[in-house]
Amino acid sequence: MLITCPYCGPRDVIEFTYQGDGNRERPQPASQDLDAWNAYVYDRLNPAGDHNEIWQHSGGCRAHLRVVRNTLTHEILSTAFARGGHKSAGHKAGGHQ
Amino acid sequence: MVERQLPERQLPERLSPLEPVYHPGSHGNFEHGVDVILSETRPGSILQLAAWPGEEKRLMSGIYKVTGLALPDGAGGGVVNGAKAAFGFAPGKFTVVDEAEGLASAFTGLITPSIGTITDLSHGRTAIRISGPKAEWVMAKLFAIDFALPAFPLGAGRSTNHHDVFAQIQRTGGDQFDIYVFRSFARSFWKALCHASEEVGYEVH
Ligand SMILES: [Zn+2]
Repeated sequence: MLITCPYCGPRDVIEFTYQGDGNRERPQPASQDLDAWNAYVYDRLNPAGDHNEIWQHSGGCRAHLRVVRNTLTHEILSTAFARGGHKSAGHKAGGHQ
Repeated sequence: MVERQLPERQLPERLSPLEPVYHPGSHGNFEHGVDVILSETRPGSILQLAAWPGEEKRLMSGIYKVTGLALPDGAGGGVVNGAKAAFGFAPGKFTVVDEAEGLASAFTGLITPSIGTITDLSHGRTAIRISGPKAEWVMAKLFAIDFALPAFPLGAGRSTNHHDVFAQIQRTGGDQFDIYVFRSFARSFWKALCHASEEVGYEVH
């Protein structure tokens, strides 16, 4: 599996560290909204298809990336710097259904 | 107050982490010629400069003012000029190297806290050079990146790793690469590099 880092170019997956579901939205640290925290910690879409993910190019430039990966085929559909906060695919990936 | 006679000031001797395994001479399968030359370059200054977002150009112009090295735009762009070298290794981050010691102090006052940061890694990294007609071949055995000249141009830098040993690599010649590894991993990496070079015949300078 190759992931194309926006800085370094295509690299083997062993250079990257998975940092979790990219659809989560962390509540403000002071938030006491228990439903929001519950959703942040536990709720996952777990789609069979395109999935927004956060990866770090830990064995390279160390940038944090937004990656859209197909969970069925492992195809990497897009990569972008996580800095700035906007989602690379612009959709909460729901998979191919 | 008693005046103390200080002993004559002595410069500390620089020790290499490679010393116990650094064996100058020809090694491996060199009967048909030596195809790579390995050496430790021991630069006096190895710095990491990082710009805050949007301050990259000011940082690059600071590097130019101090070193005379004009960094090209673009990911991994770099330049080599005699005793000095610089290259991008991450977004907004650059490695700057000088044979002479004391480069960090030349940047103070110029790279202000509003532009970015300077980290002096001179004692934290070991610089290893590989050159020769089989340099690309040997490097490709260790690192999963493209070492061909069109993909990895002269002066350019790359961040990658070999078995979790993080490495920054700069192409400093048509068939020459400088590799920067953590000092604590340098001896292990050097031994791996020597083993990888055995089949082509190598010489340690
Ligand atoms: Zn990268």
